[in-house]
Amino acid sequence: MYSYNDFDDAFVRARVAQFTQQVERRIDGSLTEDEFRPLRLMNGLYLQLHAYMLRVAIPYGTLDSAKMRQLAYIAERWDKGYGHFTTRQNIQYNWPKLPDVPAILNALADVGMHAIQTSGNCVRNVTADHFAGAAADEIADPRPVAELLRQWSTDHPEFQFLPRKFKIAITGSPNDRAVTKAHDIGLRMVRNDKGEPGFEVIVGGGLGRTPMIGKVVREFLPKADLLPYVEAILSVYNSFGRRDNKYKARIKITVHETGLDKIREMVEARFAEIRPQFTGVDQALLEEIEAAFAPPQFRNAPVDAYEDFYKADPVFRAWADTNLTQHRNDSYAIVTISLKAHGATPGDATAEQMRVMADLAERYGHDELRISHEQNVILPHVHKSDLPAVHAELSKVGLATANVGLISDIIACPGMDYCALATARSIPVAQQIAERFNELKLEHDIGPLKLKISGCINACGHHHVGHIGILGLDRAGVENYQITLGGDGTETAAVGERAGPGFAYDEIVPAIERLVGAYLEHREGREETFLEAYRRLGPAPFKAALYPDEAEQDAA
Amino acid sequence: MSRRFTPKVVTANALLEGDVVYLTEDDRWTRHHHEAELIDDEAHATLRLLHAQSQPHLVVGPYLADAVAGANGPEPTHFREVFRTRGPSNYPHGKQAEAAR
Ligand code: SF4
Repeated sequence: MYSYNDFDDAFVRARVAQFTQQVERRIDGSLTEDEFRPLRLMNGLYLQLHAYMLRVAIPYGTLDSAKMRQLAYIAERWDKGYGHFTTRQNIQYNWPKLPDVPAILNALADVGMHAIQTSGNCVRNVTADHFAGAAADEIADPRPVAELLRQWSTDHPEFQFLPRKFKIAITGSPNDRAVTKAHDIGLRMVRNDKGEPGFEVIVGGGLGRTPMIGKVVREFLPKADLLPYVEAILSVYNSFGRRDNKYKARIKITVHETGLDKIREMVEARFAEIRPQFTGVDQALLEEIEAAFAPPQFRNAPVDAYEDFYKADPVFRAWADTNLTQHRNDSYAIVTISLKAHGATPGDATAEQMRVMADLAERYGHDELRISHEQNVILPHVHKSDLPAVHAELSKVGLATANVGLISDIIACPGMDYCALATARSIPVAQQIAERFNELKLEHDIGPLKLKISGCINACGHHHVGHIGILGLDRAGVENYQITLGGDGTETAAVGERAGPGFAYDEIVPAIERLVGAYLEHREGREETFLEAYRRLGPAPFKAALYPDEAEQDAA
Repeated sequence: MSRRFTPKVVTANALLEGDVVYLTEDDRWTRHHHEAELIDDEAHATLRLLHAQSQPHLVVGPYLADAVAGANGPEPTHFREVFRTRGPSNYPHGKQAEAAR
């Protein structure tokens, strides 16, 4: 993986030094909050409901054991012993104290990490497929390009004051695990007729108040044209994006109001203008970065131990069936470590758990870890013969829950337990749903189901693209939960449709239970997933289950 | 007569820890909602908020939040403000932890 060179290190250290003085000046009264706020946000420091929150970028979700251990150390030394992994592949600390933040940023810099551009109207952490470099279906590892984009966008003078924040996601696989169609720019690696790799460029996707599926602005972009093309999109957006209304400022609205053809025309014109300025320096840099992402030396060893264990141990088997994904190398597996133990807070890991994951990565995983937008941790390269040992270690610290992709593998944003923007809580709703379905012992029978919860219209919990989405709202001073159905965050992306009136806090879990009951009743068999059943049947049977009283009235 | 004024407290976050604080009648910042000054006059509320805003070295983002008189002092009315008096619901962190001590 990429390691900071002297330039990166000096840059990050300089920012830490700058911010250290800014914090001092805020505390001694020379800076007002109005002056300080934009400065702290530029360094990832928010003020939430009960405390400050520091959002640390994990570029394209990639970590090694040294970085993970440092995250654990920070959690213990300056926070309350845990961290929260987010849908943007970041980690958030919920309890830092203002005077400690410079020390935390220094500790991050020690391992080549920072919190720069995790807030503000700039290009945010570039997210990527969490199986990058390991997936069997991959054309190429998208992370070198993601790193190139990170370097290019960090402190880019033209793009520090965009109309609004800007999110880029990238995948190297046809199966989209990076929700590229719900990003300001989505990049999907494809091949052209000649077999050359390039990108399908998607623009104007986004969730939030006005959810939109991104549109293809360029079907095939040669790899070498990537930076100038992305720069052209940003520069068009920077000029034409609306600054008069915060709710209309994202590029999805620019694309929607201007029209895709017109946007394409402007982007291509700007691209033609700036393309000659890219004389190949970026490509030379990319080559260096690519070398840093060379695949690990895969081990050649028998996998019989794994197969025997698989047959013998039902607990291991259940875990292997849900939490492993096919690796490009047949002797290897991709391990998804669930941070969704039933009743736990989705995405949270204690310092101890982080250390165990770091140790396992170092010992069995070619020193690689990934954070997924689904708030789990991945060991991308584990030799199959090591899987029983990995599973045993994970079990000791509550990390062996066999539920990846199932109903209790819930994405939930922090909601009103932490977030100052929230209109309702998300975490306890997720906890209760997971516990309820665990009691029912139904989730393996239910099969693949993506349930996603947001605590307000900003949709950090991706509820619009959940097969079942839950949105927490404040209705006349009471928490109220709206359900959406049929959303999809993959290459067949779709925004879920609202099922009907919302449910009170104590009604939402039973409502979800009725909904899932309707699926079990109507599905054609175990092979038909919830989403497939919804697509075949439409909303009617699900609505009938959600609102039984109305169904009775209609029948009367 | 003018529309009835909903009583308020002045609340903010402490500059150093970010902890939720409330303005008392004798100009202190307390961590406890029930010690806050319950303000039932609009003009006075504006003055108290101005006073809070003049203390950026102590607090961040002061605002007026609805409250009602209770047995032991003012109580919050909206659930958001109730959560702010306690802390998150997933861990015993924040004010609820200090109260338990
Ligand atoms: S969706 Fe709303 S409540 Fe949840 S983290 Fe985002 S802004 Fe906060």
